[in-house]
Amino acid sequence: MADGLTLSRRGFIVSASATGLAIGVLAACGGNGDEAENAVSSEPIPEVNAWVHVGTDDVVTVRIARSEMGQGTLTGLAQLVAEELECDWTKVVTEYPTPGENLARDRIWGDFATGGSRGVRDSHQYVREGGAAARIMLIEAAANEWGVPASECVAESSVIKHMGSDRQTSYGSIAEAASQLAPPIEVTLKDPSEWKIIGQPKLRLDTTDKLTGKQVYGADIQLDGMVNASIKAAPMIGGTVASFDASAIESMPGVIKVMQVGDNAVAVVAETWWQANTALEALPIEWEPGEGSDYSSAAFEAELDDGLTADEAFVGNGGGDVQAAFANAAQVVEATYNMPHQNHACMEPMNATAVWTEDKCEVWCPTQNGEAALASTADAAGLPLEQCEVYKVHLGGGFGRRGAGDYIAQAVTIAKSMPGTPVKLLWTREEDMVHGFFHPTTKARMRGALDADGNLTGLHLRISGQSILAALMPQALADGVDFATFQGLLPSGVDPRVEDQTLKYELPAFLIDHAMRNPPVRPGFWRGVNSNQNAIYLECFLDEMAFAAGRDPLEFRLSLMPDDSKNAAVLKAVAERSGWGSDDGKSRGLCTFYSFGSYTAACAEVTVSEDGRLKIDRIVAATDPGTAVNPQQIEAQVEGSFVYGLSALLYGEITFENGEVQQRNFDTFDSLRIADMPEVETIVMPSGGFWGGVGEPTIAVAAPAVLNAIHAATGKRVRQLPIKDQNLRDV
Amino acid sequence: MASLKINGEERTVEVDESTPLLWVIREQLGLTGTKYGCGIAQCGTCTVHVDGVPVRSCTYPVGALAGDEEITTIEGLSENGDHPVQQAWAEMDIPQCGYCQPGMIMAVAGLLNDIPEPTDEDISAQITNICRCGTLARVRKGIHLAAKKV
Repeated sequence: MADGLTLSRRGFIVSASATGLAIGVLAACGGNGDEAENAVSSEPIPEVNAWVHVGTDDVVTVRIARSEMGQGTLTGLAQLVAEELECDWTKVVTEYPTPGENLARDRIWGDFATGGSRGVRDSHQYVREGGAAARIMLIEAAANEWGVPASECVAESSVIKHMGSDRQTSYGSIAEAASQLAPPIEVTLKDPSEWKIIGQPKLRLDTTDKLTGKQVYGADIQLDGMVNASIKAAPMIGGTVASFDASAIESMPGVIKVMQVGDNAVAVVAETWWQANTALEALPIEWEPGEGSDYSSAAFEAELDDGLTADEAFVGNGGGDVQAAFANAAQVVEATYNMPHQNHACMEPMNATAVWTEDKCEVWCPTQNGEAALASTADAAGLPLEQCEVYKVHLGGGFGRRGAGDYIAQAVTIAKSMPGTPVKLLWTREEDMVHGFFHPTTKARMRGALDADGNLTGLHLRISGQSILAALMPQALADGVDFATFQGLLPSGVDPRVEDQTLKYELPAFLIDHAMRNPPVRPGFWRGVNSNQNAIYLECFLDEMAFAAGRDPLEFRLSLMPDDSKNAAVLKAVAERSGWGSDDGKSRGLCTFYSFGSYTAACAEVTVSEDGRLKIDRIVAATDPGTAVNPQQIEAQVEGSFVYGLSALLYGEITFENGEVQQRNFDTFDSLRIADMPEVETIVMPSGGFWGGVGEPTIAVAAPAVLNAIHAATGKRVRQLPIKDQNLRDV
Repeated sequence: MASLKINGEERTVEVDESTPLLWVIREQLGLTGTKYGCGIAQCGTCTVHVDGVPVRSCTYPVGALAGDEEITTIEGLSENGDHPVQQAWAEMDIPQCGYCQPGMIMAVAGLLNDIPEPTDEDISAQITNICRCGTLARVRKGIHLAAKKV
């Protein structure tokens, strides 16, 4: 949903890309088996093209512009390139080109932004073309050497054969000659029916080092002469540094420097991070409250409630005569639900390592957007983009949090005060919890009209609450409207940029609107973004309407969508697999949603004990992402989506008092553990012809399916999230 | 000053005794496979073995060691990355971002030291590490697979 941001950043980068830049080192990011791992892939021969380098040892290095943060995009994108390249998959390794190189080469790798489940779906065309172009050049080089037409040569598994003779050569032998050739003007991509690597459940390319501790994350970066920093920013919204007493800690072990960073933070630099943080904990700091420092979540409830019935609201979608539907209704159903703020809580806290000199600033960091990280670096360094470089490392989780550059700017600011000395800044978990870009808070009031036959005749879904775009990219608002608020609820056929976030139900008369109520809390894009709560609001309420109408929730939903539609297909798939409607005494709940271009559905089975405790017994989930590049990785993302979505449902809640976050660590912002985790049966059912996202869409269906199953088990509706501390038999 | 026996090697480090074992492992010994996640023994990313028993090293002061304990980190779990848990994890392609996995693997290896064939109930009771990407469903299956390989 960050299109506005992407476009504005692209404009910024492109305008600054006219000048040259020394090409930095490429950061290797994942091997594939021992052979590839042990190979030296930095042979001094040129690349075939920007996407593909082939060593004399036949090792194929595929360049990956998007960031790997667990979602598997690294492997998926490599499969796309390898498919068209016709290379030996067992000899594929990957590396990240740097944002500086991208800038110097006129953005040859395109967009580095990794969010919105777009890694594969937005770049599949050009990365496949890159692979195909490299194959054509390799074949042409071999044909030239043999003095035969290229049309008589074929490539398979990194070997080129001449069909008219027994001549053959390997990619590694011909790569240097191929690199001298002009790229083809036109390439034709394979028909999906010819795919041999795309669509296969390949193992990830980046697993081996993650099993042995060898994988280097940002927090693990070690540079010669490096010092370590810990930082504390004002704990209250809008707060700034009033004063701090450096003398109190300057003599503590290892302390090198105590300094203010920007107007709101204080950092301690020491030989080791533990020394830096120990000293920081002991540092007396006085904070000056500012705008928003009196904010409290409890008090903000009144503003959210006001928005639920306010006269003015932005219309996101609608049609038909809603007033008439309610005037003529045989029955009106009403309910109010909420979604509290959430923290991304990546397992690896925010960090960046920087070294600054008057001529150059270099940063090593986990980031979801290399180019934005480069811009943050240049800005904080006070240097032109061309004199800065960012080396991306694998992310220990991202979930949307690492699209921001706040921690990078801090690291660069500290490094700038110590020219030539590399500084690693690592946040504590507490700092990470307090200074998030939080999933926005909203409430929703739904009203539904039923006729005497139990048909839905009207629906009003009023969202009240926080807009992400208003805070982060107001230029992306359209006449004040934050379209992202309506994720998954938008009209189809209106704006191609949001066609992947549209409502798939066909409703006779309905209105979906948003009364914007913005707290002073910094919001952000959080895995699944606004589809998460929008699915809760719509799908729990449709369940309520089905029961009010005395109808089966599956049949009720299906009556509101074309029978041959893709959303009907995923819904039917989970119903069938889960045993929906069977007489086995299980308590089941359904949900379906469309977001990030993919159709998803889930059926949850739960047990609620006599004393009101929840056990989620089983999840059946279906997804139609159009094209399934790697089915087993899609399964992994679907399974993971339930952990993330159900963690929010069960435990996730960030609340503020006097402008301060009340949850400081995993003891108060808990995450679902293995004891809570049900088995997930995933049905991957790509229907072809389109490319949908995978990392995020399923989160939307996790919570509603469980909430609807809780109702099936208890007859009670849970409308206040999170579930923690609520007795489910007593809500 | 503290003396440790880590991954079979005797090491002496100049460090305040209150320093958590995690930071000695990462900063004084340079073994960065063991991760920092929370600092309050909640998430388990820092799990290492002390005499074969999984401990959360982020709250374990190095001074609490007698010096003769065998400390094992992810780097020392197996010589070639082929401990049964690592084999199972590779076969099932379990890690996503992977940051929690060294701790997860050490916790599971510790569980299997204690209970070679854990039931689902044993797993639920003993494995409490946090994984935000969401590998937990596969981790459960991976534990059963690893148990067959031990």
